[in-house]
Amino acid sequence: MTHTNDHTPITVPDGAPGYYEVMETAMRELLAEKGLIQPAEIRRQIEVLDSRGPQLGAKVVARAWSDPGFRERLLANGRAACEELGISFYDDTGLIVLENTEQVHNLIVCTLCSCYPRPVLGLPPDWYKQKPYRARAVKEPRSVLGEFGTIISPDVEVRVSDSTSQLRYLVLPLRPVGTEDWSDDELASLVTRDAMIGVCTIEAQERKVQ
Amino acid sequence: MKTTPLPAIVSAAGEAPLFKPGDTVIISSRFPVGHYRVPRYIRGKKCVIEAVIEPRALNNEEEGFGRNAGQRRHYYRVAIPLTDLWPGYAGAAADGLRIEVYETWLEVAK
Repeated sequence: MTHTNDHTPITVPDGAPGYYEVMETAMRELLAEKGLIQPAEIRRQIEVLDSRGPQLGAKVVARAWSDPGFRERLLANGRAACEELGISFYDDTGLIVLENTEQVHNLIVCTLCSCYPRPVLGLPPDWYKQKPYRARAVKEPRSVLGEFGTIISPDVEVRVSDSTSQLRYLVLPLRPVGTEDWSDDELASLVTRDAMIGVCTIEAQERKVQ
Repeated sequence: MKTTPLPAIVSAAGEAPLFKPGDTVIISSRFPVGHYRVPRYIRGKKCVIEAVIEPRALNNEEEGFGRNAGQRRHYYRVAIPLTDLWPGYAGAAADGLRIEVYETWLEVAK
Protein backbone atom coordinates (compact mmCIF):
# COMPACT_ATOMS: atom_id res chain seq x y z
CA MET A 1 0.00 0.00 0.00
CA THR A 2 1.31 3.46 -0.83
CA HIS A 3 2.07 5.67 2.14
CA THR A 4 0.35 8.94 1.46
CA ASN A 5 -0.19 10.41 4.93
CA ASP A 6 1.89 13.35 6.00
CA HIS A 7 2.77 13.12 9.64
CA THR A 8 5.57 13.96 12.01
CA PRO A 9 8.22 11.23 12.26
CA ILE A 10 7.26 8.39 14.57
CA THR A 11 9.58 8.35 17.57
CA VAL A 12 10.17 5.39 19.81
CA PRO A 13 10.36 6.36 23.49
CA ASP A 14 13.61 5.50 25.24
CA GLY A 15 13.80 3.08 28.16
CA ALA A 16 12.71 5.54 30.88
CA PRO A 17 9.09 5.06 32.05
CA GLY A 18 6.69 7.85 31.11
CA TYR A 19 4.76 10.12 33.48
CA TYR A 20 1.60 8.00 33.57
CA GLU A 21 3.52 4.77 33.87
CA VAL A 22 5.33 6.15 36.93
CA MET A 23 2.02 7.35 38.36
CA GLU A 24 0.41 3.92 37.81
CA THR A 25 3.30 2.14 39.52
CA ALA A 26 3.30 4.57 42.44
CA MET A 27 -0.48 4.23 42.87
CA ARG A 28 -0.35 0.44 42.70
CA GLU A 29 2.49 0.23 45.21
CA LEU A 30 0.80 2.66 47.60
CA LEU A 31 -2.50 0.77 47.47
CA ALA A 32 -0.69 -2.49 48.18
CA GLU A 33 1.47 -0.95 50.92
CA LYS A 34 -1.61 0.41 52.70
CA GLY A 35 -3.28 -2.99 52.41
CA LEU A 36 -6.18 -1.71 50.29
CA ILE A 37 -5.47 -4.25 47.58
CA GLN A 38 -3.31 -7.34 47.60
CA PRO A 39 -0.77 -8.07 44.87
CA ALA A 40 -2.54 -11.44 44.47
CA GLU A 41 -5.74 -9.60 43.50
CA ILE A 42 -3.92 -7.83 40.69
CA ARG A 43 -2.45 -11.10 39.51
CA ARG A 44 -5.90 -12.68 39.66
CA GLN A 45 -7.39 -9.92 37.50
CA ILE A 46 -4.60 -10.41 34.95
CA GLU A 47 -5.55 -14.10 34.87
CA VAL A 48 -9.19 -13.13 34.32
CA LEU A 49 -8.20 -11.00 31.33
CA ASP A 50 -5.77 -13.58 29.99
CA SER A 51 -8.59 -16.13 29.90
CA ARG A 52 -10.45 -13.91 27.41
CA GLY A 53 -9.56 -13.58 23.75
CA PRO A 54 -10.92 -13.34 20.21
CA GLN A 55 -11.57 -17.10 20.16
CA LEU A 56 -14.55 -16.44 22.46
CA GLY A 57 -15.97 -13.73 20.21
CA ALA A 58 -15.44 -16.02 17.21
CA LYS A 59 -17.53 -18.70 18.91
CA VAL A 60 -20.32 -16.16 19.49
CA VAL A 61 -20.24 -15.03 15.85
CA ALA A 62 -20.21 -18.58 14.48
CA ARG A 63 -23.18 -19.49 16.65
CA ALA A 64 -25.09 -16.39 15.52
CA TRP A 65 -24.47 -17.35 11.88
CA SER A 66 -25.69 -20.92 12.34
CA ASP A 67 -28.52 -20.44 14.83
CA PRO A 68 -31.14 -17.77 13.94
CA GLY A 69 -32.72 -17.94 17.41
CA PHE A 70 -29.37 -17.26 19.06
CA ARG A 71 -28.67 -14.45 16.59
CA GLU A 72 -31.94 -12.80 17.58
CA ARG A 73 -31.18 -13.09 21.31
CA LEU A 74 -27.64 -11.81 20.72
CA LEU A 75 -28.87 -8.71 18.91
CA ALA A 76 -31.52 -8.10 21.60
CA ASN A 77 -29.12 -8.48 24.54
CA GLY A 78 -25.49 -9.18 23.73
CA ARG A 79 -24.41 -9.82 27.26
CA ALA A 80 -27.18 -12.30 28.10
CA ALA A 81 -26.55 -14.25 24.88
CA CYS A 82 -22.79 -14.46 25.58
CA GLU A 83 -23.52 -15.61 29.12
CA GLU A 84 -25.72 -18.31 27.60
CA LEU A 85 -22.56 -19.68 25.92
CA GLY A 86 -20.70 -19.63 29.23
CA ILE A 87 -18.85 -16.37 28.61
CA SER A 88 -19.20 -14.53 31.91
CA PHE A 89 -18.99 -10.77 32.36
CA TYR A 90 -16.79 -9.85 35.28
CA ASP A 91 -17.85 -6.19 35.29
CA ASP A 92 -20.97 -4.04 34.93
CA THR A 93 -20.66 -3.46 31.21
CA GLY A 94 -23.46 -4.22 28.78
CA LEU A 95 -22.86 -5.45 25.24
CA ILE A 96 -24.48 -4.19 22.07
CA VAL A 97 -23.89 -6.45 19.09
CA LEU A 98 -23.82 -4.55 15.80
CA GLU A 99 -24.86 -6.59 12.80
CA ASN A 100 -23.20 -5.87 9.48
CA THR A 101 -25.59 -6.08 6.54
CA GLU A 102 -25.43 -5.40 2.79
CA GLN A 103 -26.40 -1.80 3.68
CA VAL A 104 -24.40 -1.10 6.85
CA HIS A 105 -20.78 -1.67 7.86
CA ASN A 106 -20.07 -1.16 11.57
CA LEU A 107 -16.84 0.01 13.15
CA ILE A 108 -16.11 0.38 16.87
CA VAL A 109 -13.84 2.80 18.70
CA CYS A 110 -13.41 4.41 22.09
CA THR A 111 -12.34 8.00 21.46
CA LEU A 112 -11.97 8.76 25.19
CA CYS A 113 -9.79 5.83 26.21
CA SER A 114 -9.78 2.12 25.40
CA CYS A 115 -13.27 0.73 26.15
CA TYR A 116 -13.39 -2.65 24.41
CA PRO A 117 -15.51 -5.79 24.78
CA ARG A 118 -12.84 -7.41 26.94
CA PRO A 119 -15.05 -10.19 28.37
CA VAL A 120 -15.45 -11.60 24.81
CA LEU A 121 -12.32 -10.36 23.01
CA GLY A 122 -9.69 -9.99 25.74
CA LEU A 123 -7.21 -7.13 25.63
CA PRO A 124 -7.45 -4.66 22.74
CA PRO A 125 -4.65 -4.35 20.17
CA ASP A 126 -2.25 -1.45 20.79
CA TRP A 127 -3.43 0.53 17.76
CA TYR A 128 -6.98 0.48 19.14
CA LYS A 129 -5.75 2.32 22.27
CA GLN A 130 -3.57 4.83 20.47
CA LYS A 131 -4.64 8.33 19.51
CA PRO A 132 -4.40 8.10 15.71
CA TYR A 133 -7.03 5.34 15.51
CA ARG A 134 -9.21 6.89 18.23
CA ALA A 135 -9.25 10.31 16.62
CA ARG A 136 -9.52 9.23 13.02
CA ALA A 137 -12.08 6.42 13.31
CA VAL A 138 -14.86 8.94 13.98
CA LYS A 139 -13.58 11.60 11.59
CA GLU A 140 -12.42 9.72 8.51
CA PRO A 141 -13.51 6.11 9.01
CA ARG A 142 -13.24 5.24 5.32
CA SER A 143 -9.59 6.29 5.19
CA VAL A 144 -8.86 4.26 8.31
CA LEU A 145 -10.66 1.25 6.85
CA GLY A 146 -8.69 1.71 3.62
CA GLU A 147 -5.44 1.49 5.57
CA PHE A 148 -6.62 -1.89 6.86
CA GLY A 149 -7.25 -2.89 3.23
CA THR A 150 -11.01 -2.56 3.61
CA ILE A 151 -12.82 -0.67 0.89
CA ILE A 152 -16.49 -0.10 1.66
CA SER A 153 -18.73 0.80 -1.27
CA PRO A 154 -20.09 4.37 -1.15
CA ASP A 155 -23.57 2.79 -1.31
CA VAL A 156 -22.96 1.18 2.07
CA GLU A 157 -23.32 3.25 5.24
CA VAL A 158 -20.29 3.26 7.51
CA ARG A 159 -21.62 3.41 11.07
CA VAL A 160 -19.11 4.19 13.80
CA SER A 161 -20.01 3.37 17.40
CA ASP A 162 -18.02 5.27 20.02
CA SER A 163 -17.96 3.59 23.48
CA THR A 164 -18.19 6.14 26.24
CA SER A 165 -19.06 4.51 29.51
CA GLN A 166 -20.65 1.24 30.37
CA LEU A 167 -21.65 -0.22 27.03
CA ARG A 168 -19.34 -2.20 24.84
CA TYR A 169 -19.78 -3.19 21.22
CA LEU A 170 -19.04 -6.26 19.15
CA VAL A 171 -19.42 -6.34 15.38
CA LEU A 172 -21.26 -9.33 13.92
CA PRO A 173 -19.59 -9.61 10.50
CA LEU A 174 -21.37 -10.77 7.36
CA ARG A 175 -21.15 -14.52 6.90
CA PRO A 176 -18.98 -15.34 3.88
CA VAL A 177 -20.79 -16.98 0.97
CA GLY A 178 -20.14 -20.65 0.38
CA THR A 179 -20.06 -21.56 4.07
CA GLU A 180 -23.67 -22.74 4.30
CA ASP A 181 -22.84 -26.30 5.41
CA TRP A 182 -19.86 -25.46 7.61
CA SER A 183 -19.80 -26.55 11.25
CA ASP A 184 -19.67 -23.98 14.06
CA ASP A 185 -16.00 -24.79 14.67
CA GLU A 186 -15.16 -24.33 11.00
CA LEU A 187 -17.07 -21.05 10.91
CA ALA A 188 -15.35 -19.82 14.07
CA SER A 189 -11.95 -20.45 12.46
CA LEU A 190 -12.78 -17.75 9.88
CA VAL A 191 -13.67 -15.05 12.41
CA THR A 192 -10.87 -12.63 13.26
CA ARG A 193 -10.47 -10.05 16.00
CA ASP A 194 -10.25 -7.25 13.44
CA ALA A 195 -13.52 -8.32 11.81
CA MET A 196 -15.23 -8.10 15.22
CA ILE A 197 -13.83 -4.56 15.67
CA GLY A 198 -15.04 -3.80 12.16
CA VAL A 199 -11.77 -2.79 10.52
CA CYS A 200 -12.12 -5.64 8.03
CA THR A 201 -14.63 -8.03 6.59
CA ILE A 202 -14.42 -11.80 6.33
CA GLU A 203 -13.72 -13.20 2.90
CA ALA A 204 -14.75 -16.63 1.72
CA GLN A 205 -11.90 -19.10 2.00
CA GLU A 206 -11.07 -22.64 1.04
CA ARG A 207 -12.64 -25.04 3.45
CA LYS A 208 -10.04 -26.71 5.59
CA VAL A 209 -9.99 -30.49 5.19
CA GLN A 210 -11.05 -32.01 8.50
CA MET B 1 -39.69 -6.69 31.39
CA LYS B 2 -40.68 -3.07 30.87
CA THR B 3 -44.35 -2.43 31.54
CA THR B 4 -46.48 0.71 31.52
CA PRO B 5 -47.25 1.94 35.06
CA LEU B 6 -50.88 2.16 36.19
CA PRO B 7 -52.45 5.62 35.66
CA ALA B 8 -52.39 6.41 39.41
CA ILE B 9 -48.66 5.63 39.76
CA VAL B 10 -46.42 8.67 40.07
CA SER B 11 -42.85 8.10 38.85
CA ALA B 12 -39.86 9.45 40.76
CA ALA B 13 -37.62 11.99 39.04
CA GLY B 14 -35.42 10.22 36.52
CA GLU B 15 -37.35 6.95 36.81
CA ALA B 16 -38.98 7.14 33.40
CA PRO B 17 -36.85 8.18 30.43
CA LEU B 18 -37.32 11.83 29.43
CA PHE B 19 -36.82 11.09 25.75
CA LYS B 20 -38.02 8.43 23.35
CA PRO B 21 -36.68 6.98 20.11
CA GLY B 22 -37.05 9.44 17.24
CA ASP B 23 -36.75 12.56 19.44
CA THR B 24 -34.31 15.20 18.25
CA VAL B 25 -32.21 16.54 21.12
CA ILE B 26 -29.11 18.66 21.65
CA ILE B 27 -26.04 17.42 23.48
CA SER B 28 -25.13 20.07 26.05
CA SER B 29 -22.34 22.44 25.24
CA ARG B 30 -20.83 22.51 28.73
CA PHE B 31 -17.19 22.27 29.63
CA PRO B 32 -16.86 21.43 33.34
CA VAL B 33 -13.33 20.83 34.57
CA GLY B 34 -12.60 17.15 35.13
CA HIS B 35 -13.14 13.83 33.45
CA TYR B 36 -16.50 13.48 31.72
CA ARG B 37 -17.73 10.73 29.47
CA VAL B 38 -19.06 13.00 26.73
CA PRO B 39 -16.35 13.56 24.14
CA ARG B 40 -15.95 17.20 23.17
CA TYR B 41 -16.49 16.59 19.48
CA ILE B 42 -20.19 15.86 20.08
CA ARG B 43 -20.94 18.67 22.56
CA GLY B 44 -23.45 21.17 21.22
CA LYS B 45 -24.45 18.84 18.36
CA LYS B 46 -27.97 17.90 17.42
CA CYS B 47 -28.75 14.19 17.49
CA VAL B 48 -31.65 11.78 17.20
CA ILE B 49 -32.47 9.27 19.92
CA GLU B 50 -32.16 5.79 18.47
CA ALA B 51 -32.76 3.75 21.63
CA VAL B 52 -33.26 4.13 25.36
CA ILE B 53 -30.76 1.94 27.21
CA GLU B 54 -32.41 -0.08 29.95
CA PRO B 55 -32.07 -0.42 32.85
CA ARG B 56 -31.23 2.97 34.33
CA ALA B 57 -27.61 3.39 35.32
CA LEU B 58 -25.73 5.11 38.13
CA ASN B 59 -24.55 8.61 37.35
CA ASN B 60 -20.94 7.53 37.14
CA GLU B 61 -19.66 11.04 36.47
CA GLU B 62 -20.87 12.11 39.91
CA GLU B 63 -19.65 8.80 41.28
CA GLY B 64 -16.22 9.49 39.82
CA PHE B 65 -15.99 12.64 41.96
CA GLY B 66 -17.24 10.84 45.06
CA ARG B 67 -20.52 12.70 45.29
CA ASN B 68 -23.06 10.18 44.18
CA ALA B 69 -26.23 9.80 46.20
CA GLY B 70 -27.35 6.84 44.13
CA GLN B 71 -28.79 8.93 41.33
CA ARG B 72 -29.86 6.77 38.40
CA ARG B 73 -30.93 7.89 34.97
CA HIS B 74 -31.02 6.53 31.48
CA TYR B 75 -28.39 6.36 28.81
CA TYR B 76 -29.55 6.94 25.25
CA ARG B 77 -28.02 5.60 22.09
CA VAL B 78 -28.04 8.59 19.76
CA ALA B 79 -27.31 9.04 16.07
CA ILE B 80 -25.42 11.91 14.43
CA PRO B 81 -24.60 12.06 10.69
CA LEU B 82 -20.84 12.38 10.16
CA THR B 83 -21.52 15.23 7.74
CA ASP B 84 -22.99 17.17 10.73
CA LEU B 85 -19.91 16.52 12.84
CA TRP B 86 -17.18 17.31 10.34
CA PRO B 87 -17.45 20.12 7.81
CA GLY B 88 -16.32 18.82 4.43
CA TYR B 89 -16.68 15.16 5.46
CA ALA B 90 -15.43 13.19 2.48
CA GLY B 91 -17.26 9.87 2.94
CA ALA B 92 -20.82 8.93 2.02
CA ALA B 93 -23.69 11.18 3.16
CA ALA B 94 -25.30 8.21 4.95
CA ASP B 95 -22.26 7.60 7.20
CA GLY B 96 -23.08 8.10 10.85
CA LEU B 97 -21.97 8.03 14.45
CA ARG B 98 -23.71 6.17 17.25
CA ILE B 99 -22.84 7.00 20.84
CA GLU B 100 -24.34 6.59 24.31
CA VAL B 101 -25.06 9.80 26.19
CA TYR B 102 -26.35 10.11 29.77
CA GLU B 103 -29.64 11.92 30.26
CA THR B 104 -28.08 14.82 32.18
CA TRP B 105 -26.22 15.80 28.98
CA LEU B 106 -29.28 16.01 26.73
CA GLU B 107 -31.46 19.06 26.17
CA VAL B 108 -34.75 19.49 24.37
CA ALA B 109 -34.07 20.85 20.86
CA LYS B 110 -35.62 24.29 20.48
